[in-house]
Amino acid sequence: MNILALEFPPIGELVEWEGLFLKGTPFEVNKVVLLMWAGVIIIAGLFLVAGRRAKSGNLVPAGVQHIAESGIEFVQKDIILQTIGKEGLGWAPFLTTMFFFIFVTNLFEVIPGIQFPVNARMALPIFLAIVVWFIYNIVGIKHQGLGGYIKSVVMPPGVPKGILILVAPIEFISTFIVRPFSLAVRLFANMLAGHLLLVTFAVLSAALFSKTLLVVILPLPFIMLILLTGFEILVAGLQAFIFTILTAVYIGGAMHPEH
Amino acid sequence: MFGLITSVLAQTAPDEFLSGLSAIGAGIGYGAAAIGPGIGIGIVVGNAITAMARQPEAAGMVRTTMFLGIAFTEALALIGFVVFILLKFA
Repeated sequence: MNILALEFPPIGELVEWEGLFLKGTPFEVNKVVLLMWAGVIIIAGLFLVAGRRAKSGNLVPAGVQHIAESGIEFVQKDIILQTIGKEGLGWAPFLTTMFFFIFVTNLFEVIPGIQFPVNARMALPIFLAIVVWFIYNIVGIKHQGLGGYIKSVVMPPGVPKGILILVAPIEFISTFIVRPFSLAVRLFANMLAGHLLLVTFAVLSAALFSKTLLVVILPLPFIMLILLTGFEILVAGLQAFIFTILTAVYIGGAMHPEH
Repeated sequence: MFGLITSVLAQTAPDEFLSGLSAIGAGIGYGAAAIGPGIGIGIVVGNAITAMARQPEAAGMVRTTMFLGIAFTEALALIGFVVFILLKFA
């Protein structure tokens, strides 16, 4: 029952890439790694150029400087002040870098010719999540001491003593094990799902682009593909925002526990 | 009875039968995993809209909290999606 000769490519073909050099070693470089490096270079270049312009006394931001300044302001105003508070402003460089890095690596999903979000492979999200895990735990231990930090994690205020025996292990597992996992899976699954969604409609459009009568319904998947591309740009920004704001929330929670 | 049929089927065409079963399981599993988060996100966003309409000056704070709520709710559906991918392709 294959009227269209429609064949969905196996998933390995969509997310796995041939190694380009250093093949067979753990340091094999493929398209995903190259894209990740490209993301680093783009962001470093953007902020270096913007910083140089700002330093030279360019008070009216334009172009690159405008992007960088509005990005920093967005992270300070909408992420840090809403979650950590004034004392968290020192985290602005880290969180801004994180936001831009995730956003740019996600955005590769819709750039023609590249069309692969780096975060659709688990490696980068899990690495970022592990970095976040270390940071909020170290911040918590630094601000409250080891015992105080663990006590504030496993004993939420206002819980009756009897239920504590149930709540404490749940809170412990959810803070130290589930948190980095869900942080990574959220980003990874969103980008993988978006990538597969775009592939589905692209494959459908390509199959309908034929000499049969079926070509009359070609506009339907094609228009959907264009709309979904716009939607994926939104998702790329949203996921970067959510990852950054959750990082800020975790850091804020470790800095000052609830009373 | 059903067990007998499945065991006979599993003996006659093991690979195809098992991959078919895992495809059915993946589909049903993801569908079921999407129900709860769908309802949850609806409740979160609906209440956030109510809050923003009542107090437009607090819209920024409400929006931030809304995205946090969506992120936590959505994680369940995404884990369902990952399970779907694992069952179907791995």
